[in-house]
Amino acid sequence: MAATSPPTNAAPVVAARGISKQFAGVEVLSDVDLDLMPGEIHALLGENGAGKSTFAKILAGVHRPTRGTLALGGSQVEIPNPIAAQRLGITLIHQEPISFPDLSVAENLVMGRTAGSPLARVNWGEMTRDANRLMDMLGVRIDVTRPMRGLSIADQQMVEIARALASDSRLIIMDEPTAPLTPREVETLFKIARQLRNDGRTIVFISHRLEEVRALCDRVTIFRDGNKVETAPITDLSDADIIRLMIGRPLKEYMHKHRAEIGEVKLAVENLSLPGFFEDVSFEVRKGEIVGLGGLVGAGRTDVARAIFGIAPAAGGRVLVDGQPVTISEPSDAIRLGLAFVPEDRAVAGIFATLPVEQNITAAVPRRIAPGGFIRRLLEKTLAQDAVKRLRIRLASMRQPISELSGGNQQKAILARWLLTDPGILILDEPTRGIDIGVKAEFYEMIGEMAEQGRAILLISSELPELLALCDRVLVMSEGRLTAEIPRAEATQEKIMSAAVPRGSLEEVAA
Amino acid sequence: MSALRSILLRREMGILVMIVLFCLAVGAYKPQFLTLGQLRIILLLVPLIMIGAMGQMLVLVGRHVDLSIGSTLGFAAMVTGMMFREFPEVWWVLGFGVAIGTGAALGLLNGVLVTLFRLPAIIVTLGTLNLYRGLTFIISDARQVDRQYIPTELKAMSQTSPLFGVPWIIIIAFGVAFLTWLFVMHTRIGRQIFAIGSNPVAAPLRGLKVNQITLLVFTLSGALAGLAGIMYASRWGFVNPSNTGAGFEFQVIAAVVIGGVSINGGIGTVPGVVLGVLLLGCVSAALPLLGIPGSTQNAIYGAVILIALLIDRTVRQQGIASLSQRART
Amino acid sequence: MSATESPATFSTRDAAPPRPLWHVVLVRPETMTLVLLVVAVVGASLLSPFFLDVSYILRSFTLTAELAIVALVLTMVIIAGEIDLSPASNMALSACLFAFVQEAGLPMPLAIAVGLGAGLAMGAFNGLMVIVFQLPSIIVTIGTLILYRGLAQVLAGDRSIRVPDWFIGINNQLVFGIPVPVLVFLLLSIVLGLVLGRTIYGRQIYQIGTNEIAARHAGIRSRQIKMSLFLLIGFTSAVAGLMTASRLGSVRYDIALGGELQMVLMAMLGGTYIFGGRGTIGGTFLAAWLLVIVSTGMTVANLLPAIQLTVLGILLIVSIIATNAIYSRTQR
Repeated sequence: MAATSPPTNAAPVVAARGISKQFAGVEVLSDVDLDLMPGEIHALLGENGAGKSTFAKILAGVHRPTRGTLALGGSQVEIPNPIAAQRLGITLIHQEPISFPDLSVAENLVMGRTAGSPLARVNWGEMTRDANRLMDMLGVRIDVTRPMRGLSIADQQMVEIARALASDSRLIIMDEPTAPLTPREVETLFKIARQLRNDGRTIVFISHRLEEVRALCDRVTIFRDGNKVETAPITDLSDADIIRLMIGRPLKEYMHKHRAEIGEVKLAVENLSLPGFFEDVSFEVRKGEIVGLGGLVGAGRTDVARAIFGIAPAAGGRVLVDGQPVTISEPSDAIRLGLAFVPEDRAVAGIFATLPVEQNITAAVPRRIAPGGFIRRLLEKTLAQDAVKRLRIRLASMRQPISELSGGNQQKAILARWLLTDPGILILDEPTRGIDIGVKAEFYEMIGEMAEQGRAILLISSELPELLALCDRVLVMSEGRLTAEIPRAEATQEKIMSAAVPRGSLEEVAA
Repeated sequence: MSALRSILLRREMGILVMIVLFCLAVGAYKPQFLTLGQLRIILLLVPLIMIGAMGQMLVLVGRHVDLSIGSTLGFAAMVTGMMFREFPEVWWVLGFGVAIGTGAALGLLNGVLVTLFRLPAIIVTLGTLNLYRGLTFIISDARQVDRQYIPTELKAMSQTSPLFGVPWIIIIAFGVAFLTWLFVMHTRIGRQIFAIGSNPVAAPLRGLKVNQITLLVFTLSGALAGLAGIMYASRWGFVNPSNTGAGFEFQVIAAVVIGGVSINGGIGTVPGVVLGVLLLGCVSAALPLLGIPGSTQNAIYGAVILIALLIDRTVRQQGIASLSQRART
Repeated sequence: MSATESPATFSTRDAAPPRPLWHVVLVRPETMTLVLLVVAVVGASLLSPFFLDVSYILRSFTLTAELAIVALVLTMVIIAGEIDLSPASNMALSACLFAFVQEAGLPMPLAIAVGLGAGLAMGAFNGLMVIVFQLPSIIVTIGTLILYRGLAQVLAGDRSIRVPDWFIGINNQLVFGIPVPVLVFLLLSIVLGLVLGRTIYGRQIYQIGTNEIAARHAGIRSRQIKMSLFLLIGFTSAVAGLMTASRLGSVRYDIALGGELQMVLMAMLGGTYIFGGRGTIGGTFLAAWLLVIVSTGMTVANLLPAIQLTVLGILLIVSIIATNAIYSRTQR
């Protein structure tokens, strides 16, 4: 991609050249060139996993690039850690800022910032005055003597911005700052961001909300599959252009879906609500049907799945299995009703890392491996081995710790665990995340087979091609609500994306 | 710091009110409780606990715990007492240096085990609690250091007074509390202890030297236990390998949590701890007057710790709940 | 924001090669315990020929058997990712309650039931604080360690309460030449070894200790299982308390004082991982014998009991460090 000409002739604050990043051999960012100019607000856009966050984290010293160079104000620099980034004048503001909740706002502003003797006196008066001055500069009213605990997220972000000002940061990166904010708070944030830009600072703004990007930013850079695909002034691009650039990858040749017989309703959800997470969600999944659940990360998809499965039950609404209302207050209730749930974060909620593969596979079927309470080793081994063969799990030994397997094979083992329960309803949350391409294809094959066997499948995925290739219907959630239900025949990436992007921009995109 | 102060003040006011109400209640029943002589008894009960509590407060604020301070006290007192016995010609004031130094060394060892091997402090100090107690027996050959070996000047510190008839050890205890207050409220490193305890994950991201500070905190806790050790010798006039300092850790932890220090780190004030120690002292002094056997003390300590845990949890959870509520709306 | 980019989820390999069999068998903490045990036996028998006399060892073991019995259950608690530091205090309080009510005239069977019930209640209280109020067990049980012992002190004051003559001397009762407390320990080791190693309940204890969130997702009722463990250790402590009362012939508030150290030590020395998920009953079983040999050896060598404390303290710290080292080596 050709470098876009900067808006002014000034030297860039940060010049990134050929930045690439690999995690354990998988390239998540390749050859990114980008100039960030003084006095601009620069948006980074892209789907989940497109690489924009990785790029931002490299700037902030959270990750180190595998290849490529960064130059600050013309001279080449290494940014080994976040503290170094801070010293170089780069601040990353997290969506939910990290702070010391028991310390006062003023103390949070100075903690760890300045060097000096450990026994140096703390001047509370000066600290408070400095903090108030910063708050005045930002034009926000926060009592700097109160503790951080209990401060709203918006105010915590302001404190972070104040910290960046205090250390005179030239580059401030905001990673999806507006997601947890109210519209009013967003307004304040934008006002301050513009003010900082007018002071000649650079702001990198990561967001999914197109109308916000349009309202705030000067230039945008769009990422897709680890590549930078475009950098341009925002006025040069229509919303439709941006969405096209974000999703424009060619549809990969996925295993085509086996057409399964679609039967009666297996799982129905009526007006399910959990205040603060999702509202009034209703849908049904039929036997043999694969229903996709699309949307952005944080839209409430996982929360709905967790509620159905009894991990964090919903406050209102009801769940019906085979037409009967059911009470699921614990996962064990769900399992008894024939539900299975492959969670999104394998390491946290899926695997028992240090335990043998076979024990991981049989974890959900205690009665099948221990009919009288005592485990029958042979029974367990046979069950696990069958599953390993059926799902083609590649391993060295059934008794090796599951952590020694690759990500894809770990995921297959979790799937195997659930297939042993012979579930009528399967909920898969990002089942192919972090898995090599080859294994992904196998997964698609397996998901199709499961539908053919008459199981009802709810597939949560952030990968649009995956939803399109596999699903009979796609539901889309945005900000805790269902915003669209798109039958297979009408489903396009654009339609899903427009329903997923919060508030507005539907009309322009549809055009 | 209006909001922060007001919360803490409320807590401290609460303890103060409890002390007053308790004293009035006991005084109504046994008027002799409200006399100057009784005040002196109470004040003489608390210096050791006060000094130990300052160290324990630092450790708890840093999100650890030190169960070994009773044994550290015993060991440091024994080393000092034996020095007095074997080298009577040594200037008695040197005993302070020896006791504090010995305690600091034992505290440092705790800190090294916790930071270097990343072990939970509670298990490490449960081990060293027994280890240091055993070492006390070994170095002393299980023999008590008797009254005649403790320097008269040292013993006199618990009786004589430089001003207003307040004995030296009480002045030292409040002096330590004042220095601790200066340290935690007015030095950079003192504040960093609170930061680390408040959010150990964020601390290294902000460039705080977590390991060094943890070592320092344990060393200070040990040093203060050592100081309490020589004051034990002053107060009681002997050092016994099995009794000296036994159960000290429980009294101290109880006093500190009454004083509003959070077991989860990051929260605690010196005035609160001082009041917590005084409340504990009042209760201890009142029990014999009320005819309640001293044997109830341990049960009270245990109950107090559990109640403080529950209060701490309720307070924290409200904070967290309101935070996540706002995050979502 | 997106976990897709987190390094842990990617791998180019399908699976690491398995460790060689000898490695799996030998490089584990229990092996260390066994080796130490053999060394201790050889060393002790060089010190004194008494150590080749089995009945002498068995008699020595009766002094520690009560703690060892509780340590077996404690092992399971630690594997499940929790800890209980209060059982020694529980032993004292349940024994004191038992002695107190029988002295007050309650018939013996009822008095025993009171003692055992009290132990169960204390376990339930710990469980309540940890599971319902979600407080860290390590702090809660420090609190109850003080509270239970304190209540025993309130109840018994400074006196010894005698128990009826027929109740005295469980340690002198021999079955097949084995003192009853040792026999109880052996049987409980076998039972709990089977429960932990062969049943679903035991399997789920490991799974909870390894990853409680994953365990809940797999439908394992972790809270119920943890509660059952706290109840079990409470009950076992009461049994151990009554056995101590029988051995000593009278009850004081300070029986088993400091016993939590030895219990934790047995579990640690037997290779139980302090952070949960790993460990075996066999390891704790071996460690209990190791500890008896070491303590008895120190007694025979005329070392003061207090010096034994030092040795125990050092052993505790060294065994945790060693166990951690072995586990972090084998975990890739």
